[in-house]
Amino acid sequence: MKEQIMNTMTVNGKDIPIETGDTILSALGKAGINIPTLCHIEGLPPTGACRICVVEDTKNGALIPSCSFPASERLSILTHSVKVLKARKTIVELLLANHPDDCLYCDRNLDCSLQKLAEELGVRHRRINSNRITQYVDTSSPAIMRDPGKCILCGKCVRTCEEIQGVSALDFSGRGSKTKISTAFDISLNLSTCVGCGQCVNACPTGALVERSSIHDVIEAIQDPEKIVVIQHAPAVSVSLAEEFGLEAGIDIAGTMATALKQVGFNFVFDTAFSADLTIMEEATELVQRITQGGVLPMMTSCCPSWVKFAETFYPELLPNISSCKSPQQMLGSMIKHYWSEKMNIPQEKIYSVSVMPCTAKKFEIEREEMVSKGTSDIDASLTTRELAKLIRMHSIDMKKVVPSQSDLPFGERSTAGKLFGASGGVMEAAIRSAYWMITGTELENLVITELRNKQDYREIAVDINDLKVKAAVVSGLGNARKILDKIKTKDCDLHFLEIMSCPGGCINGGGQPKSIDKDAVIKRMKALYAIDKNEEQNVSHKNSAIIELYDKFLKKPGSHKAHELLHTTYHKRTDLI
Amino acid sequence: MDKIIEKNCWSEAGTVSQELLKKLSEKDFPLKPGDDESVKKLTRETIARPVIYVGAGTCGLGAGAGATKKRIIEYLNKNKKEADIIEVGCIGLCSAEPLVDIQIPGKTRISFKNITAEKVVPLLDDIFKGIIPKDMVLGQFQSQHDQKWEEVPCLNDHPFFAPQKRWVLVNCGIVDPLSITEYVSRGGYASLFKALTKNSSEEICETVEKSGLKGRGGGGFSTGRKWKFAAGEKSEQKYLICNADEGDPGAFMDRAVIEGDPFRLLEGMVIAAYGIGASKGYIYIRAEYPLAIERLHIALKQVREFGLLGNNILGTGFSFDLQIKMGAGAFVCGEETALINSIEGKRGMPRPRPPYPAVSGLFGKPTIINNVETLSNLPFVFMKGPDYFNSFGTKNSKGTKVFALSGKVERTGLVEVEMGTTVKEIVFDIGGGIPNNKKYKAAQIGGPSGGCIPESNLDIKVDYDELKTVGAIMGSGGLVVMDEETCMVDVAKFFMDFIQKESCGKCIPCREGTKRMYEILKSITRSRKKETKEQTLDRFQGVMQLQELAEVIKSTSLCGLGQTAPNPVLSTLRWFRDEYDAHIFDRKCPAGVCKDLLTYKIVESDCKGCTLCAKKCPVGAIKGVAKAPHYIIEDKCIRCGACIEACPFGAIITE
Repeated sequence: MKEQIMNTMTVNGKDIPIETGDTILSALGKAGINIPTLCHIEGLPPTGACRICVVEDTKNGALIPSCSFPASERLSILTHSVKVLKARKTIVELLLANHPDDCLYCDRNLDCSLQKLAEELGVRHRRINSNRITQYVDTSSPAIMRDPGKCILCGKCVRTCEEIQGVSALDFSGRGSKTKISTAFDISLNLSTCVGCGQCVNACPTGALVERSSIHDVIEAIQDPEKIVVIQHAPAVSVSLAEEFGLEAGIDIAGTMATALKQVGFNFVFDTAFSADLTIMEEATELVQRITQGGVLPMMTSCCPSWVKFAETFYPELLPNISSCKSPQQMLGSMIKHYWSEKMNIPQEKIYSVSVMPCTAKKFEIEREEMVSKGTSDIDASLTTRELAKLIRMHSIDMKKVVPSQSDLPFGERSTAGKLFGASGGVMEAAIRSAYWMITGTELENLVITELRNKQDYREIAVDINDLKVKAAVVSGLGNARKILDKIKTKDCDLHFLEIMSCPGGCINGGGQPKSIDKDAVIKRMKALYAIDKNEEQNVSHKNSAIIELYDKFLKKPGSHKAHELLHTTYHKRTDLI
Repeated sequence: MDKIIEKNCWSEAGTVSQELLKKLSEKDFPLKPGDDESVKKLTRETIARPVIYVGAGTCGLGAGAGATKKRIIEYLNKNKKEADIIEVGCIGLCSAEPLVDIQIPGKTRISFKNITAEKVVPLLDDIFKGIIPKDMVLGQFQSQHDQKWEEVPCLNDHPFFAPQKRWVLVNCGIVDPLSITEYVSRGGYASLFKALTKNSSEEICETVEKSGLKGRGGGGFSTGRKWKFAAGEKSEQKYLICNADEGDPGAFMDRAVIEGDPFRLLEGMVIAAYGIGASKGYIYIRAEYPLAIERLHIALKQVREFGLLGNNILGTGFSFDLQIKMGAGAFVCGEETALINSIEGKRGMPRPRPPYPAVSGLFGKPTIINNVETLSNLPFVFMKGPDYFNSFGTKNSKGTKVFALSGKVERTGLVEVEMGTTVKEIVFDIGGGIPNNKKYKAAQIGGPSGGCIPESNLDIKVDYDELKTVGAIMGSGGLVVMDEETCMVDVAKFFMDFIQKESCGKCIPCREGTKRMYEILKSITRSRKKETKEQTLDRFQGVMQLQELAEVIKSTSLCGLGQTAPNPVLSTLRWFRDEYDAHIFDRKCPAGVCKDLLTYKIVESDCKGCTLCAKKCPVGAIKGVAKAPHYIIEDKCIRCGACIEACPFGAIITE
């Protein structure tokens, strides 16, 4: 038999295997040669903007961009020839010629692609000189800060915002050396169509786009002896925080984190997965009501604040479809200030309520005017996972030596269903488990809904609940969401329930998450959440005893008047747009 | 062959195709088959009354052709004279605009130069008296049918026209560009009809490849071979784009061709579309060409009306329609992938190649982009056959090339020469050399992507390969002549400034690198007096980097714009190194252009102490008492030159 011949390409004199569809860059990556890039985004068509990834064609000495050039049998390339290294170094030097050079004060210090490249290529003095850029820093958005001076115009934010998220809040403007990234008409970010998802922050190789930090507000509160500082941590945080401390992706360190948070000085540590369970009770009730009483369908989830802002901006006609439930963060914030404070006999104004979220848009959500109940804001400050890591490092805590502990009761008890909120499809899975129980009085035979756990951008299922066939779907990534939303707009859709998460893959890939080098980090985080669901016993929200107690003692029943007052919200069409 | 014809720099006008007219008569085309009388009238072989042609291209209008035409109408009305007035495009000799041609029945057409409004009355007075005002004559056209004017030079013998070979420009400035019947009467659309009815698509591509026609937009890739790439792609939709986004400083070939002969381009486009199998096309033209756009629209309306564009062209079953897309004046949109982005409604930024547009271009479909001149060559290629076309030019460069000749040269304008003509012939024979007895220094060819031809290389031939050997490129055809008063560092600085402003800003080497190169050039032409020590160090450091930076930009940039952006610097560095050295080391500008490097001095022996200069100096930098020699305080002097102008004794000099 003839052996199948594998195609190869010659790299530095040796043959490496190539597959159909490979670019030079991807083929080299598989062969263990990681060519540096500044503009490449995995999964999107190459743009070829940064030219850092050039390699030399031995045939004619030409430099070709490896990110966009198809790998082929005929090619023979040098990846680190004198010419290649000189070109890469010069390009980095060109970028540094007018860079602000304030690395020590930069949010991305030691975590900056440009800094790393300069170091790798041995840039040790300023060969090419020009005037430093100083530009106005846009601090208008509660979620994201933009410093155009540090921008290297790689365009990753533009492509992420347009091609992945379908928002297009940012684009190139100007020409030639005056090119810059700007919003439409150069208005500030808070007035733009930006939904604060923070995917651009994750994509940004430098410190040009960062979250608006609340670390100092939190530290001040902790240091204030008058304040009782409580913190809640979102489901996706505990399965990704480890990466910030050099551990492998996909390890759940909820216990370690709880102790560390206490060491940092938080008086109480709560779990947002508790209020995820609470959300399920309210949301499942609302869904059942909408279905049985002829409400607006499909009902859409409301946990994701950037999705909510996206709808308010681009799909105001669909606002009645969005569940009136507040997000778990806001629900817990509200319960802390209105229920727990009474229970603990702590005056509301003494409580400083912090959340740590995988998200930048949560910073925007806490500032929404609807998120104030009875004159008190539900949450006082929201940190990202990255900020939490900084806070822990600042307190010199050795995470390897921390003895794990539990989150504080009553809001430390959770079901694994609440924990599933961290991954796309999780809200749906948890909601179906409880809705089934609410209507039939019995548990689903098989709690794990595998149809919701595949990696498709859009997943649809139909569940038979008594006589009713409930059709539900899950979508993540706002660009993907647009497709189904357009169908709903034209009534070309018979769904009952739709879960939408802004970030592709859900909160585990949120805009506030660690910038992992591991390409599979998101999948590993997801698997960690599924492992928790598999290994623990308490798998449904409605059996969370703390939830049951909360309803018994305070809220009465899901959808009650009190629940509506404290746990539900409203939305409005955003008209402050040009 | 008749000797006179042989000398003719214009290619012979084709003959009208009777078969085509038969086909066109189905659409009520005004010119009917067999109507030879009308053809004669349309080609102006016979005219009933005098015809006055006014050169009304953008160049003519800029020189005042509008007022000239108005005055002509006034004259005719006032004097009760009858004549037809026809607006024609640019014949090429821009420096003689406004050009007015007059043809009197039975006599040959005669061209008059620089006929501004005030010259209309004397000119027409003379003409209607039967006198030819000699001082206004440019020359007479030759004609086999009409009687020659005595003692009037022939336009074909005029040094500007004699060395030319006008194939693409054959109708420019001669015919009414807005009349399809005139175009058809001169053999227009005969090539298309032949191509559509007698040839398969493959044969079209084959013919074009055989002709040796190469892209006239810069790269010089074989047009036929490029077409074959797209023709070989299987796709339900293919596109043809005409690139008329002419943005090089000093280039205006495309504009003149469209203004002077729009139907030639449209005919060429249908042939190209048939060859590659495109059903939709675009003409991407810069919005700064309003006249060309207007004429294209008028031409499009006519060709659509007579079934020469649109569904089932000339009843052959082939359909092709096109639309005009205006560009917003970004130089980079001349780059084909940026142009595609722009048509798609995106920001005009280039995409990486491969995939090449011939495989995946506009909206992801196979797309061929040719420039105006390339497409306008096609009717000629098919009229004369590929072998005829191929027999002209050099080994690797066939046919002719249109140049926009400008700068320090006696006669500026649009010229078309056979490939292989030397630059010297273009500058000194056609252009008439350098005015004011100045010395030739260089010719910049190819715009911001091109290079300079120094005096030592003047014998270089217009040829894709040969020009490359001296660091220049054919480019789209801008040719700017510079004399000894031009500073080559200043020229390089001008182009780098242009590029750093016009770069799309996408790739780092082009965006950042060109800006840095511009800054370095600025630093060496800047006054040394206000320089700090750090700035001096930076300046020297920069100079050391200039060449290296240029090489990296060339080798790593994303698109043609960046890859050729350093050429003006590299080329001037190569040929005019001494000028750079003078700027860098002696801090002097030999040509006296870089003001910051000049020192103004009063020659004591020549100064009479009249105090005029001191009075004129806007900053009070000139001191002295009356009737005694004055002196200039160098630190105060802003080098405005007011004193030189003021001095009646020529006592103030710069060095």
